[in-house]
Amino acid sequence: MADVGRHPRIRLLTLAEVTEVAGHVGNFRVTVRQKARFVNEKECTACGECAKVCPQLVPDEFNLGLSLRHAIYQPFPQAIPAAYVLNPADCLGLNPIACGKCARACDKKCINLEDQDRELKFEVGAIIVATGMEPFDPFDKGDFGYGRYANVITAMEFERLASSGGPTGGELLRLSDRRKPASIAFIQCVGSRCAEQGTPYCSNICCMNTIKDALVLKEHYPDMEVKVFYIDLRAFAKGFEEMLWRSKRLGVKYIRGIPGEVEEDGQTANLRLYVENTETGKIENHEVEMVVLATGVRPAKTTEAIKQLLSLQLHPEGFLLEAHPKLQPVDSPIRGVFYAGGAEGPKDIKDSVTQASAAAGRAARLLAQGTLAAEPYTVAVDPAKCRACGACLKVCSYQAFEWEKGKPAKPIEAVCAGCGTCAAECRFDAIEAHQFTDEQILAQIEAALAEEPESKSLVFACHWCSFAAADTAGVARGQYPARQVLIRTMCSGRVAEEFVLKAFALGAPVVLVSGCHFADCHYLNANRHTQRRVERLWDRLEAWGIRPERLQLEWISAAQGQRFVYTMQELEKLRQTVTPEEIEKTKEILRNPPRVAPRPEPKEPGEQPFRCLRCGKEFKLHYIPGKPQERTCPYCESNSVRLLVLKEAAVSASAK
Amino acid sequence: MSTQVSEPRIGVFVCRCGTNIAATVNVEQVAEFARSLPGVVYAQTGLYVCSEPGQKEIQKAIAEQNLDRVVVAACSPRMHEPTFRACLAQAGMNPFLLEIANIREGCSWVHTSEPERATKKACDLVRMAVAKARYLAPLTERRFPLKDAVLVVGGGVAGIQASLDLADAGHQVYLVERSPSLGGLMAQLHKTYPTMDCAI
Ligand SMILES: Cc1cc2nc3c(=O)[nH]c(=O)nc-3n(C[C@H](O)[C@H](O)[C@H](O)COP(=O)(O)OP(=O)(O)OC[C@H]3O[C@@H](n4cnc5c(N)ncnc54)[C@H](O)[C@@H]3O)c2cc1C
Ligand code: SF4
Ligand code: SF4
Ligand code: SF4
Repeated sequence: MADVGRHPRIRLLTLAEVTEVAGHVGNFRVTVRQKARFVNEKECTACGECAKVCPQLVPDEFNLGLSLRHAIYQPFPQAIPAAYVLNPADCLGLNPIACGKCARACDKKCINLEDQDRELKFEVGAIIVATGMEPFDPFDKGDFGYGRYANVITAMEFERLASSGGPTGGELLRLSDRRKPASIAFIQCVGSRCAEQGTPYCSNICCMNTIKDALVLKEHYPDMEVKVFYIDLRAFAKGFEEMLWRSKRLGVKYIRGIPGEVEEDGQTANLRLYVENTETGKIENHEVEMVVLATGVRPAKTTEAIKQLLSLQLHPEGFLLEAHPKLQPVDSPIRGVFYAGGAEGPKDIKDSVTQASAAAGRAARLLAQGTLAAEPYTVAVDPAKCRACGACLKVCSYQAFEWEKGKPAKPIEAVCAGCGTCAAECRFDAIEAHQFTDEQILAQIEAALAEEPESKSLVFACHWCSFAAADTAGVARGQYPARQVLIRTMCSGRVAEEFVLKAFALGAPVVLVSGCHFADCHYLNANRHTQRRVERLWDRLEAWGIRPERLQLEWISAAQGQRFVYTMQELEKLRQTVTPEEIEKTKEILRNPPRVAPRPEPKEPGEQPFRCLRCGKEFKLHYIPGKPQERTCPYCESNSVRLLVLKEAAVSASAK
Repeated sequence: MSTQVSEPRIGVFVCRCGTNIAATVNVEQVAEFARSLPGVVYAQTGLYVCSEPGQKEIQKAIAEQNLDRVVVAACSPRMHEPTFRACLAQAGMNPFLLEIANIREGCSWVHTSEPERATKKACDLVRMAVAKARYLAPLTERRFPLKDAVLVVGGGVAGIQASLDLADAGHQVYLVERSPSLGGLMAQLHKTYPTMDCAI
């Protein structure tokens, strides 16, 4: 810690928060707001004369309120910066008339009661988010009497009570009578592994922390009775199992079962625990003098704000979502932003440090390039065609547009990931996706259907998943009829409605749009737009009297070669049901298709009827308005699953 | 906007891939078909187009035939697109003036029992690649300046470690911490597993 304070290349800004981040990888423009400290950080020698005269006393947050501090204080003895800090909210009033004692007591005159908050601006090439995690607050879960019974404490309170710098000088004392407990129980998984509380995950650190605490106790007070109540003991990393066994050798008792209830004895303030021992199946009853709740960890409250600032995403559990859970655990989905420590998921110190070094390495690797390379698969906006509608910005997962109301959209080449979704979305044909332009793809469609169009299905496949699945099928020599041609785009989000309609207009009997499963989309969630477009096309086709099932939708991962083969076989069966008359009629309709008003969506979340456009079966699925979900037919596993309600899509009288 | 070059000079190279492609797809027929396509001024087959000699053939044809677009009908672009791009670049062409028709994974390997239809499909795939090639435009990898500095948000043990690593490696670091001191949760710990030493 002290090294950070001294390092010539580290500018440490405490009492500071990032309020704005503009720009993008390589050139983030950062604004930071730093609160007034009221004490000159460089001059203060931490002599403490000021605090001695401060008349105000408030609970000390560092000791979790187990002790008091003054309004001017040092957070803890080894704090960096070491300088004292004045919290204006605790102070009697920041002027010499109200008090001002501290300022007068400081010989070095480092206290400035007129200090102001400051705003700083600087530019960086990369950002590391290390905003950490928070201990679970068991007040939320009244079960174990926390807050009601003096001798029920949390794991962090235990840390402070055991610490020689803590409120009791390192003596573990009961809060009811300041007496050393003769027996102590730890209850594991408090605020973890419980879906109802919204913390279904394992907090990772609390088993080992309890084993550590138990060892500390047994080494310090060999006669103390120490019991641990648990669901499973997770001591999985190097050296951990040995610690568990050492604690057992020292007499720590591990009882498999979480107490249903904790009761306080009004006389002794002792605690009685009722528990079903799941090893013996017996109900047991234990009396102890103190209970420690092995509270888990939660995402820090500040995570949401950071997420917003940097356009990041959250895992359902509330921690920051990584670019890839296995292969890019340190990268955020936003280029140039990396994760370290508990912000990304519950972690102990070693793992936090490891990830921090990895994040530093990733950032250094980026900076070492001197300049930033970007694939040419980016987009260009023709300002003459752009009507500044903002549709492109809305669908871009990366916020890769500079946006000024009323001005043409301006793509940011360095940020664009090249999915092409915006180009498919623009209704004014203003966006060109390099290497996957409209002209290029339309030329491919025309060429594909130039001869005997009725004899083949046209397939759009995304580079990362479904096209790769076709390769996987090939490598495995999976066989399917030679009746389809593939057009590759980087992302299925590139497939514009216009492409599909062009194919039908040229006589394609069947069109398949395919891409990655929702969880695998290589452009965060660009393929949600694919699904939306296909759903919209189904409505339009149906309204025009064209069988919607002639347009199929499938999510096929790179590994699912077999699924690709099966999809091709099913596609061929479908193709054979399309008659030449039907194709002719479709061509006729598409020469002048009437406008179709969008179908109203269900307003409330809930079960809705769906039909599989491959096997034809009907079933119910949960539907959340405005939140696209991957939908799979429970019978044939197709993703060509269509919402059935409100099917009377209105064909408006006004022809296009 | 990319528009079709008025008189493109496209060269098509159909790979036999030993027998991997040629055993199912009639590659000579595909090359013959390619020659009939608008814009194609040259087409040939090769035993292994991706090999050193195969690439030399492409480069030779680029020079002799004055090609401005190259279509390779071979394995998946996920295999050898970088190979052929480098080959074009060496021949002095923009590497993005390349299109690949996947006639192996996407054709010969999956339609072994239908050589005739497979050949037809390979022709379609080549026709599509040639059609796209007509609209290909030269592209360049873009480079942007980088600010050699890093923002680290959060001064717990993770933020501290990341800052020190980066600063020691010579980068400017801004470490932003909400609270009045560094340390985060770890500063509050009495002892820490697995070493059982004090936290700070
Ligand atoms: C009770 C308990 C006991 C533990 N015991 C052990 C142990 O014995 N051994 C072990 O290895 N691990 C232990 N751990 C885990 C250990 O504390 C964590 O692994 C470690 O603290 C994670 O470090 P971090 O830097 O990721 O996060 P934190 O320590 O949470 O630090 C995050 C920092 O970021 C700051 N911050 C947050 N948001 C912002 C923002 N928006 N702007 C600026 N700054 C911000 C916070 O103020 C804080 O200083 C224990 C945890 C608990 C709860
Ligand atoms: S580490 Fe142990 S106590 Fe913590 S949540 Fe996981 S299983 Fe429960
Ligand atoms: S969607 Fe098209 S018209 Fe609308 S702002 Fe974007 S580029 Fe301009
Ligand atoms: S939508 Fe895709 S292609 Fe368009 S700007 Fe965003 S990342 Fe780039």
